[in-house]
Parts: sequence; C-alpha cells; structure tokens
Amino acid sequence: MIPPALVLATAFGYLLLLFAIAAFGDRRAAQGRSIIANPWIYALSWGVYCTGWTYFGSVERAVSGGVWFLPIYLGPMLAMFLAWIVVRKMVRIARTYRITSIADFIASRYGKSPLLAALVTVITVVGVLPYIALQLKAASAAYEVLAIGQGAERAAVWWADGTFYVALMLAAFSIVFGTRHLDLSERHEGLVAAVAFESAVKLIAFLAVGIFVTWGLFDGMGDLWRRAQELPELADLMRLDAQGPGSFGHTQWFAMTALAMLAVLLLPRQFQVMVVECTDENHIRRAAWLFPLYLLLINVFVLPVAVGGILIFGQGGADPETFVLALPMSQGATALALVVYIGGLSAVTGMLIVETIAIATMICNDLVMPALLRRKGFAARSSGDLTRLLLNIRRAAILFLLMLGYLYFRIAGAGHALVSIGLISFAAVAQFAPALFGGMYWRGGTRAGALAGMLGGALVWAYTLMLPSVAGAGWLPAGFLQAPFGLSFLAPEALFGLHGFDPLTHSLFWSMLVNISLYVGVSLAGAQSARDASQALLFVDVFRSTGAEPIFWRGRASIGDLRGLAVRLLGTDRAEALFRDHARETGLPADALTPDARLVDRIERQIAGAVGTASARVMVASVAQEEPLTIDDVVQILEEASQVRIYARELEEKSRKLEAATAELRALNEELKSLDQLKDDFMSSVTHELRTPLTSIRALAELMHDTPDIDPEERAEFIRIIVSESERLGRLVNQVLDLAKIEAGMAEWTSAEVDMRALAGDALRATAELFREKGALVRAHLPDEVPTVRSDADRLMQVLMNLLSNAAKFVPDTGGRVDLILRRHGNWLELRVQDNGPGVPPADRAAIFDKFRQAGEVASRPPGTGLGLPISREIVNNLGGEMWLEHQPDGGACFAFRLPIEQGGST
Amino acid sequence: MRRGRRKDRPVLIALVCAGFMVFNFPLMLVWDQRASLFGLPMLPLMLFAIWAGLIGLLALVSERGARRDAPDGKPHVDENGSRDEGGGPR
Repeated sequence: MIPPALVLATAFGYLLLLFAIAAFGDRRAAQGRSIIANPWIYALSWGVYCTGWTYFGSVERAVSGGVWFLPIYLGPMLAMFLAWIVVRKMVRIARTYRITSIADFIASRYGKSPLLAALVTVITVVGVLPYIALQLKAASAAYEVLAIGQGAERAAVWWADGTFYVALMLAAFSIVFGTRHLDLSERHEGLVAAVAFESAVKLIAFLAVGIFVTWGLFDGMGDLWRRAQELPELADLMRLDAQGPGSFGHTQWFAMTALAMLAVLLLPRQFQVMVVECTDENHIRRAAWLFPLYLLLINVFVLPVAVGGILIFGQGGADPETFVLALPMSQGATALALVVYIGGLSAVTGMLIVETIAIATMICNDLVMPALLRRKGFAARSSGDLTRLLLNIRRAAILFLLMLGYLYFRIAGAGHALVSIGLISFAAVAQFAPALFGGMYWRGGTRAGALAGMLGGALVWAYTLMLPSVAGAGWLPAGFLQAPFGLSFLAPEALFGLHGFDPLTHSLFWSMLVNISLYVGVSLAGAQSARDASQALLFVDVFRSTGAEPIFWRGRASIGDLRGLAVRLLGTDRAEALFRDHARETGLPADALTPDARLVDRIERQIAGAVGTASARVMVASVAQEEPLTIDDVVQILEEASQVRIYARELEEKSRKLEAATAELRALNEELKSLDQLKDDFMSSVTHELRTPLTSIRALAELMHDTPDIDPEERAEFIRIIVSESERLGRLVNQVLDLAKIEAGMAEWTSAEVDMRALAGDALRATAELFREKGALVRAHLPDEVPTVRSDADRLMQVLMNLLSNAAKFVPDTGGRVDLILRRHGNWLELRVQDNGPGVPPADRAAIFDKFRQAGEVASRPPGTGLGLPISREIVNNLGGEMWLEHQPDGGACFAFRLPIEQGGST
Repeated sequence: MRRGRRKDRPVLIALVCAGFMVFNFPLMLVWDQRASLFGLPMLPLMLFAIWAGLIGLLALVSERGARRDAPDGKPHVDENGSRDEGGGPR
C-alpha cells in the first residue's frame, strides 16, 4: 500500500502543475504567441477522447471479450477519414457565426431556436451524466487500489466517501480553469495546453505499464500469448466469439463502431477541442491522422496487460478495471504505480474539465439565460455588466454537474462496468447526429423536424437504455423490465418483441429509426419558416460565401440601444472596439454610424460568442423594433445579395476587359511612336543625304563664279564633279521616289517569263567594270538550265545590280572575290551573292535592310545612299519572294533572295 | 491546386467505405482463426495491422494535400486556410 497522504499529495501536486501549464498557455495567448497553434498540440488535445474508460475500462473489456474493446477506437479512426470534409465545415461554420457549443450549433442552424438549444442541452446533461459518473468511479477505484487495497468496503455514507471529495476537488479545479474570464469565442488556450499535456501523460503512463507487464513480468508478447494458450479459458479469448461459441454479434460490432464514429464528433468535449478551440482549420489535416495514431498507441498494450493480469491474478482474482495499477503494486513497483495513477488521473480530469466546461456553457447560454431573459425587468434593465453573472452561472453549473454525476455514481454506477456506462452516453449524443449533419448538408431540414427527431430519439433512448441501467437501484417494481404495466411488448430491452440484439444495438436501432424518421418526415411535411430557411442557406453554403453575404434582418434599431447591449455583454472596451471596427469597415465616422442590418448582425454575432446564438437573438430582438421575417423577405434579401454578387462579378469582368483594352492601346501607341520616330529619322536622313552633294555643287559653282580666271583644267574637273554629284543627287531622288512608290503599292510592275540565268549574265557584264576597277575576281556558278520565273525583269535586274555593286564596294582592295550562285531549291529559285569583304557586324545584321542604314563605321564605309538594300528587299517581296542576309563562316557577307517557281511552269 | 482539392474528397470517402468493410462482418471472419502469426494471436494482430495501414493511407492523403495547398511546397500551412471547398461554384 501507498500512504493515502502521499497519493493525495501527488495528485494535488499534479493538478498544480496542470494549473501552471494552463496559466502559461493563457499568458502566451495574451501575448499573441500561442503555444497550441500547431497541429501536434491540436491532435493531442483531441486525445481527451480517451478517458478513464479507456485507461481502466479497456482492460476489463479485453479480459471479458478479447478484441471487443476495439470498436470504440476503430469508429473514430473511420470518422477521421471524414475530418477534412466534416470537421472543417463545422469549424468554418462555428468560426463564421461565433458558435461555441453543440447546442448552439444545432439551434443556430434551425432558425436560432432557443427551444432547440434547450432540448440539446437537456439531452446532453442527462446523457452525459453516466459518463461523468464513470470518471468519478474510475478515479475512486484507482485511489482505493493504491491507498486502501483491493476489495475494501466502500464507505456507507456519502460524507465518508473519498469519491465525493474527489468530485468536489475536480469541480473546484474546473471552475478555476475554465471560467476565469469570459472569452468572446469561448476559447481557452491554457485549458487546451493543459489537456494536451494530460493526453501525453496518460499515453506515456499507459505505455510504461504496458512495457512493464510485457517485458518486465513476462518475456515479451509472444511469451504472454504462449502461456495464455495453455489456459483453456484463455485459448479462445482472441476470437470474435470470445464469450462463447457463436456469440459474435456482428450487429453489435457494427453498432459500436458507428456509435463511436458519431460520438467522436458529437460529444460536447470533442466539439469543444475540435471545433471551438481550433486555431487554424488547416491543422485538421494533420490532426486527422495523428489522432488515430494516438488511439492505436494507447491500445497496443491493452491485450498484453489483460492477459498478464489474468495469468498473474487468475480469473476473478482482481478487478480487471484496476489491472494497470494492481499489476505494478503486486510486484512492489510502487513508483510505477504512482506514475500510472497520475496517468489515470490525467485521463479522468481531462475529460471532466473539458466536458463540464462545455456543458456548463450550454447550461448557462441555453437554459439559464433564456429563462432570465424571459423574466420581466431583466431584459429591460439596461445597465450593469452581465459578464460576472454569466461566469457565476457557469461556475454553479460545473458544480451542479459534478454533484449530479456523483449522485448517479452512488445510485447506479457502482454495479456496472465502466464501458457499459460510457456507451449509454455515446448513444445519447448520437441523437444529435441527424439534426446536426442533416442540417449541414441538407437545406430542407426544419426546426420542427429537428425538434421532433431529437425529442423522439432521446425518449426512446431514455426508455430502452437509461431506464434499464438505473432499474437496479430498486425504484422500479420487479418485473418492469420484462413487462412494464403488464405489457410484454413494451419491454425496454425488447421493444415490440425485437429479440436477439444486445441492449445497446437494440436501443440504437429504435432511437435512430425514430429520430431519423421524425426528422425527415416532419421536415418534409411542414413548411420551413423564413428564419429556418435563411440559416439553412448560411450553414449549407458556408464555403460559398463570397463577401457579399446576405444578412437576414429587417427592422429598426437605435445606436444607443445597440451600444448599451454590447457594453453589457462585452464590456466597455470590446464594445467600443466593435463599433470602431465597424466604422472603419463602412468608412463612416464613428459618431455617424447607421443602425443598419450589417451593424445589428455584427453585434448579434459578437454577443452570440458570449451567450449563444439563441440568447443573442432574443437580446437583439428585445432592443430593436424588428419586422417579422417572411419567406418573401428571405427571397428578396437573397436576391439582393446575389444581385450584389452579380454586379461585383460584372464589375470585375469589365475592369478586366478595360485592362486588356488599355494594354492593347498602349501597345498600339508605342508602335505609332516608333513609326513616327522612323519617319523623322527617314526625313533627316534624306535631307542629310541630299544636302551633301548639294553643298559640294554649290561650293564649286560659287568658286567658279567668283574666280572667272580659273584654270581651264581645273574648271573642267569642277564641272565633272558637279555633274557627278548632280547624278548622285538625281539617283537619290529617284531611289526615294522609287521606294515610296513601292511601299505605297503605286509602282508599276510588268510580268513576263524571266530567264534568271540570262539575267545574271547581263548583270555580271554590266558590273564587270566595277570589279575590274577593284581588281576583284568574280565567279558565276550558274546551272546549265533553270526554270523561268514569272516576274519583272527590269526590277530583278535592279536588285542584282544593287547586290553586285554592294559586293564590289566591300571587297578588299587586293584579293577580292565575289561569287554569284544560282540554283534551284525545291519550288524556289535561289540566288546568292557572296563576297569576302568584312561582312556585316553582328550588331547591324538585324537592321541592315532598314532605310539609310549602312553597316560599319561612318568614316570607313564606302559611299552609298543606304537605300539600295531596302529597295531590293521591297522588290523581291513584291515579286512573291524573300531576301535575307546569311552569315558567312569566313567573315564575308552573303545576300540571298529566292523567287517562287510557278507550278506547271516550263522547266 | 483546386483540382487536387476536389480529388481529396472522393478519395477520403472511398477510404472510409473501405475501412468500414475491413472492420466489419464478414471480412473480419477471415482473420478470426485460432492461429498464431509471428507467435501472436492472428485476429488482434491483423486488426492492429490494418488499423496502422489505414492511418498510413490517411497520413499520405492528408500530407500530400497539405503540401499541395501550401504555396511554398512545405507541408502544413499558416493563415491562408480559408479557402473554398471543392465542388461549389464560386
């Protein structure tokens, strides 16, 4: 045995540590450096699913039924596949509409109905009571094993019962933890940090005892199993029908899996940690697989501990629920036993704290506040801060819940196994499933349908599952369970003679049948109210909102009343911040706000974070003159919203088009600018080219005029220059005119069969003198016969002459060489003029065909107009061919052009 | 990005259906034998193995999706999680 004082001191010390962690978490949250905003902590906080039931009850279940403890964890595994789809939607809805509890969620969906919120709260309180009792039972059993010893007598009166004080202590702890301050979104960062820590502790502790049993007391899992097989009663434990041949109820397996799948999403504490405390919905992705991994790890050693316990204590030798503690104790490993106890305490306190805080919020917002609001005078009282009142109501609710749980434990809990108590609660919260999931994905669900379905389902649940569980307390006449009021077909565990199911499956079947039938049936039969329909739209289409969100509110309100309401519930600072934010977003000065639907909606949402959506609705309605919302209003508001959305989209479309048009115009403008520049350049080039010969002509003419006695030889030389310059001037003018004509499409073209071979020969002969002057060698590579082309011979001659004279200009003074190559190339006739001159510098190649663009340095290049190549290219283009410059490997230039050979032409 | 997001939903729904099949009657009877595998009882061993396998698949789908959605290619994301669900028009 461990001295009780040590056990209690350890437990108390551990709770203090938790408190320190929570305080640290809250402080960091206040500084904006959250410690829980990562998927690992988030997933660990989901581990609050594993309670005293898992920690102590799973082993008991494994002892009696082998793998039958598993469906409770396989269900959540399956649910997690849908987490990214379902939980994310729940988080988005809750975040958008400031929903803080599951009662709030369901009520908000069905027109913010206070009645529905109250019903969900009542079902939760009644349904989860057994679960709370279960934790108290587990905590007290663990304490007894450690400090009192197996099988000791329970104290007969409550004030001598340690469990009562455990419950009180936990109540105090939860109160300090969860209701220290009123948060707008009901988020408790410190609490989540502590719960995540507890999840880690209980996992480590359970793994520690598992390793201790498997490898400390035995020689590994294989050894355990070998020894177990030697015992006849254990040989079949690992089969599905462990409780006897043919006892495998696959309906029960299925029912438990499905039940756990729903429970992991619907239990108030799961809703709290998964949805309300979610800091970032992207964390769901990783948490969705970390959480099942956590479940897997915490279950790995359940079977080894169970088998080890039976092997050591023998069947019935010790309570299997306390094997995890009794095994180390029996071996004298008291330190390990204390660690395991701390782990168990973590499992129990984690559940109790989060569950009671979540339910206390529901009791406060959905039961007490509506009752207070209905009282005359309360709503009318316009002064006074309500936040203290809210907190006190919640504190009282936590205390009330734990005391009620203790009561249940005293009355009904002692005789039942932990697992069967827990399943009662699972079945209760499963009643929320049709209304909640139906409401998220089906727009047609109505308030009446949800009310009828949940009420019917809950009543069937109470009659078929809750009633039999408390029947043992002796409140009911003997034989009631077999034939109530003498009517055997009303037997709670075999309703209408439905035999062959275990009580859980039986109850789940009937309650779900009634629940879903009523929900769907009543929803389809009745008309949806306007508020119902509007909320349905907001929920189902939460991912489609595009900023232009419809606000379903019609009425009048005064700024003063709204401000008063906000101050009462949010405190002065937050209320002022709210109005400031609104002013900033609407762009109005803070003192000129209009109490329109947007402002009312904003205030209602903020208040909803504090008192729940249903109460918030009532409170806003009490300060505003609201017009009842009709279906027509809803349709109209929706139309307005979608109109706004359409306008926004059209505007976006138009601005996009405008942008494209602007870009196009800009490009055109740039093009025009560069064309204009080109024109200017052309003009200045032309005038420059014209002025040079003119200047020399004029200078020589003036010289001759001023000196009549000039030497006749000199005079002759001057006149020769004047004539030559005039010719050059004439050539230039002609070329400019020529180019202008061709470019404008005004040139006259003749068309005849042209023999390029002959033409090339003519051109060579005409330019022979030029090459001779430069001492260059000209080689003609002409095939014997080429097809004629239909073209303009004079123009082609012009081109050839231009290319040849260009080549003559650029060949070096000694060793100059020019090749003229004519050949057929497919359907083209190609002509190249290659020289061994300096070639065209790379920088000039792109512009060589531009007007007045001459390659090379101004000083070193031979004289020319700079119009020859552009004209040649224009001519070739006009004749249907093309002209280009080729780079020569040995550095010379090669100008080439080709002309199409007409199909069917003579060859 | 959006195309991938759309594809996650059917994959997840298919996986949950598959999970329901393998963890239920009658597929479970396949493992329900008085036999040992690696010196351990077959039924629990297989249940845990399938369980681990499903977690692996879920992790694969989740992390791939997270990496695809994250702009910098790193798994898991920061503030920009508030995007649209696949399917609906926007």
